[in-house]
Amino acid sequence: MTREKNPNATTVELSQPFSLAKFFFQWEWMLVVLFLLVNLLNVNLSPYYLNFDNLKDALPTFLDKAFIVLPMVFIIILGEFDISVGSIVALSSVVMALAFQMGLPMEAAVGLCLLVGTLCGMFNGIIIVKFKELSAVIVTLATMIIFRGIAYILLEDQAAGHFPSWFKGLSWGYVGDVPTILIVFLVFALLFGWVLHKTALGRRVYAIGNNVTAARFSGIKVDRIKVLIFTSAGFMSAVTALFLTSRMGSTRPNVASGYELEVITMVVLGGVSTSGGKGRLIGAVLAVFLIGYLRNGLGLINVPAQVLLIIIGLLLVVAVMVPNLQWNKKRALRHGERKKEGK
Amino acid sequence: MKRLFPKVLVALMVLGFLGVGTVSAAPLKYAIIFKNTGNPYGEKEMEGFKNAAKELGVEAILKAPDQPTAEAQIQMIQELIAQKVSVIAMVANDYDALQPALEKAKAAGIKVLSLDSAVNAASRQVHINQADPERIGRVEVQAIVQMIGGKGEIAVLSATSQASNQNLWIDWMKTELKDPKYKDVKLVKVAYGDDLRDKSVSEMEGLLKSYPNLKGVIAPTTVGIAAAGKVITDKKLKGKVHLTGLGLPSEMAEYIQSGVCEWMYLWNPLDVGYLAGYAADALVKGTITGKAGDKFKAGKLGNKVVIADGDGTQVMLGDPFKFDAKNIADWKKVY
Repeated sequence: MTREKNPNATTVELSQPFSLAKFFFQWEWMLVVLFLLVNLLNVNLSPYYLNFDNLKDALPTFLDKAFIVLPMVFIIILGEFDISVGSIVALSSVVMALAFQMGLPMEAAVGLCLLVGTLCGMFNGIIIVKFKELSAVIVTLATMIIFRGIAYILLEDQAAGHFPSWFKGLSWGYVGDVPTILIVFLVFALLFGWVLHKTALGRRVYAIGNNVTAARFSGIKVDRIKVLIFTSAGFMSAVTALFLTSRMGSTRPNVASGYELEVITMVVLGGVSTSGGKGRLIGAVLAVFLIGYLRNGLGLINVPAQVLLIIIGLLLVVAVMVPNLQWNKKRALRHGERKKEGK
Repeated sequence: MKRLFPKVLVALMVLGFLGVGTVSAAPLKYAIIFKNTGNPYGEKEMEGFKNAAKELGVEAILKAPDQPTAEAQIQMIQELIAQKVSVIAMVANDYDALQPALEKAKAAGIKVLSLDSAVNAASRQVHINQADPERIGRVEVQAIVQMIGGKGEIAVLSATSQASNQNLWIDWMKTELKDPKYKDVKLVKVAYGDDLRDKSVSEMEGLLKSYPNLKGVIAPTTVGIAAAGKVITDKKLKGKVHLTGLGLPSEMAEYIQSGVCEWMYLWNPLDVGYLAGYAADALVKGTITGKAGDKFKAGKLGNKVVIADGDGTQVMLGDPFKFDAKNIADWKKVY
């Protein structure tokens, strides 16, 4: 978290002396403050919010999609988008349910679910690097429709379920007093955070996001990294499918619709720039908890669903505007200095 | 800006703490979760529930997610468990998927019933049925067959593919159609408009495109029938494509008066919600436990009996009511 180790700090920033104000005026700190504010607000709005049972029981309801947030941070830092993740969730969940119905043991069906998700992600990645004239948005828009279409063909508008009881425990279970899903999420978050901020692969992802041509000329295997990252998004979508299916006890081809946008919302709110090359994993993870508990708190005072959407929309607008404002201010200052020098 | 920031923060914190300690002994809370927002039928059902709660002197909590999904309803159930409500009445988006969440609610001592669109018998204590599903299914087929003159292609425009009430009615429609007297009537497709206006309109347009010889449509959902009425009117297909189903009188009055939909059926959604409110109260007070033979008094609706229904039990509101050009003018003012 210290700024010296921040890999996306530009050389300009490094040459400046360390400033405490600057350290705290980072988007991640804004999120921490926002998170505290939301919690304060919730505690006062509802007497039921600050209750250990509520706080821990709320986790499974929003952490399932958080698994996709982790690879999506990588994808958006690359300067790309993947909007097929919701459909991958649906397809891998439906395949798992069907395989189980056909008599496959549940353990094997879970494996199949992860395999299907991974293959879908790999398919996305390969198409994206093979057809460079197509942007990832267009490619994943197409596969979004294809994957969900296959799910509909497989299950024909029906629901499938009746899973063994241990599978239910995945999303409803606890290790001691800690929800299983939280532990799994934190393990994945640490893994993705370590890769992004501590390894060469992570630094290359930033390099590609900042300038793909320069990255290519400096010998970074851009295509291989892209395929790897889109594949990981497929895998993590399948992990989401596992937890979501477990929570519902049955699945349908239309599950997880709109998840792609919710995930992208969390990543952008987490301070990851949609123009690529900027942002940190911790921000997105904070945004997951921020939105999750905001929804929970407002749900506890029974705020109508539409109002909730508006509030989250406003949060997102702020998240997108604030970094731009800062950047514009800096640019305006520099521009002004240059003018003075010129005179 | 960085100087201002901590001050704002402190101000907000102080503001926040002022609200603490306003919790007092609240009345009992009865909650209802509908399928999704923006559904006039659902608004009426929730209003009926609220009216019952008002008569009973309890607080009503009305909730509906923005999307008609089981995921969103599970989240709401969790929120209601945290609020320690006494009873949850579900209008379900999925027959089975809510079971783990509702079992959790029951384990927390909350009574659970479903109304209109049921949850499975293991998840509920009793179901409130708006009308006999068999009668709804059969009557609608009889109506459309009469409208199209006894032969031709028909289609069904339903809500979501997992809506348990619609699926049950459609099964009864199919049973009715097996009768040899319908040998010239062919059900070509069941389309799903998901109870969303735009999707229902495009599904209806799709039906007309895929089946140019289509003569009749049954839309057993208020959103679907209004969408179908609009498409038939816009495409000037009145008299060529007939329409019946379940609709809200206020929404369907113009199509019934114009003849696009000669007649349709419904029950009073206010009464369904109202009956659910009284059944919820009977469960909370222990007057009924949800087993067949239990009796309770449902306010202005009089005495009701719990009857067996497959693995579970239900309370029946009554027969479907027919709306046509003669009575629609009066009913459109009611709901």
